[in-house]
Amino acid sequence: MSLSYASPTTVNEAVALLTGATGLTKILSGGTDLLVQLRSGRVKPDIIMDTKKIPGILGIIETEAGFVIGAATPGAVIGEHAGLAAAYPGIVEAANLIGSTQVQGRASLAGNLCNASPAADSVPAMITAGAIAIVVGPNGQRAVPVEQIVIGPGRTSLARGEFILEFKLPKPAARSSGAYLRFIPRTEMDIAVVGAAVNVTLDAAGVITHARVSLGAVAPTQLLVVDGANAIIGSKLDDAALAKLDAAARAVCNPIDDKRGTIDFRIKVAGVLARRAAAIAVQRALGQAAGTKH
Amino acid sequence: MSKQHVTTTINGEPAEFLAEPFMSLLDALRDEMHLTGSKEGCGSGDCGACSIIVDGRLVCSCLMLAVEAEGHEIITIEGVANGDELHPVQRKFLEHAALQCGYCTPGLIVATKALLDRHPNPTETEARYWLAGNLCRCTGYDKIIRAVMDAAAEMRGVTA
Ligand SMILES: Cc1cc2nc3c(=O)[nH]c(=O)nc-3n(C[C@H](O)[C@H](O)[C@H](O)COP(=O)(O)OP(=O)(O)OC[C@H]3O[C@@H](n4cnc5c(N)ncnc54)[C@H](O)[C@@H]3O)c2cc1C
Ligand code: FES
Ligand code: FES
Repeated sequence: MSLSYASPTTVNEAVALLTGATGLTKILSGGTDLLVQLRSGRVKPDIIMDTKKIPGILGIIETEAGFVIGAATPGAVIGEHAGLAAAYPGIVEAANLIGSTQVQGRASLAGNLCNASPAADSVPAMITAGAIAIVVGPNGQRAVPVEQIVIGPGRTSLARGEFILEFKLPKPAARSSGAYLRFIPRTEMDIAVVGAAVNVTLDAAGVITHARVSLGAVAPTQLLVVDGANAIIGSKLDDAALAKLDAAARAVCNPIDDKRGTIDFRIKVAGVLARRAAAIAVQRALGQAAGTKH
Repeated sequence: MSKQHVTTTINGEPAEFLAEPFMSLLDALRDEMHLTGSKEGCGSGDCGACSIIVDGRLVCSCLMLAVEAEGHEIITIEGVANGDELHPVQRKFLEHAALQCGYCTPGLIVATKALLDRHPNPTETEARYWLAGNLCRCTGYDKIIRAVMDAAAEMRGVTA
């Protein structure tokens, strides 16, 4: 069978190509995972389908309802969007941690998610922000919470013929913000040993009324830590709430043991980063209430 | 394996080449266009020796398919100088001896040009982070950073 590259210009054309193809078809966004795997021989596709000519798949739209981020939008473009950075600083800082300037020129949220690495940086931040993936396929369109896309290392819940077209983020409630932190042994160009994202909404008195906590690189998939959120809801993030969050984060970890971090180390750091990310998220939400920019 | 015809713009000139479907843009630049300034250090996005600018964005040409270049504007190291006149970044790399073996140099110069096109007045920290994806096994980076900061100052019209 001969290898081929296709760049459909409509969703229908792309879905028809994916459903009709024989052999292995790989979807291409920025290629910063796929091309590495292609070169190393780890994946041997027959067809590569480039999504980037599909309208809407590159770029960010801000509407009354919130934000729509095209699936293939590169990190560099995400980092330059002031509105998104103000509303969802956690997603922007997480997306911008991916790789070098060169990688930022190409790496997308859909690729980061669908490569399904447990350490993918943008995924915990998207989960805590409540991001919804708009999945298109032979049966039309469906809206899937980001935490339901990855089902194991390298595996997603997308069916044959499906791909992600865009991500939707609601307009954030007043006094809401988020943060993402990762631990790496150096300061740049490394893969998370642990990642933690927290989003919070505060009431007028500064009490947390809504929270989401997610951890990366401590289990086969990113985790939504419901007990961690419950630990801080109703508090002003006092020491007791932080201690409960730390314990809840450590309790869900099921990490690997490798040269970059032992099991014990990863579990401990998960608790620490969850606390720190929560503190930053609350600070940012308070800053917003005071009308300051961050 | 059928080759695909690609029409693009390289260093301001229209360019065409034939590419196998899964050929990297780096291989097409080097082997089809004979623009051998861009280097392959790793082929996996880690070293930056293959850095080029596509539609104003710095990217690794080893992580792009050649066929993806269709309709886009590419700048390679060969397009940085103005004829025989070196770009200030190139001149400053020479003045500061910011290279030894030179393998990383084309990528670093293209990456520095991309930095200064966008951020004419970077701090040293910003410059170091921007260039974190360009590895050099010879210089220890210090002279590179001095060249970058000096080029930035000259291009802004101030003497460092
Ligand atoms: C030097 C280097 C450093 C890196 N550093 C980091 C890092 O610090 N943190 C991190 O998280 N990652 C890192 N990565 C990995 C990679 O850059 C990211 O995962 C990136 O976000 C992938 O996005 P992409 O658009 O390039 O994906 P692609 O390579 O295009 O695709 C990745 C996977 O997702 C699938 N896919 C792509 N788009 C879609 C879609 N719309 N629908 C369904 N499936 C799709 C592809 O088929 C493929 O399996 C690094 C990579 C390199 C080369
Ligand atoms: S050859 Fe492209 S980054 Fe090393
Ligand atoms: S001068 Fe030799 S790698 Fe940089």
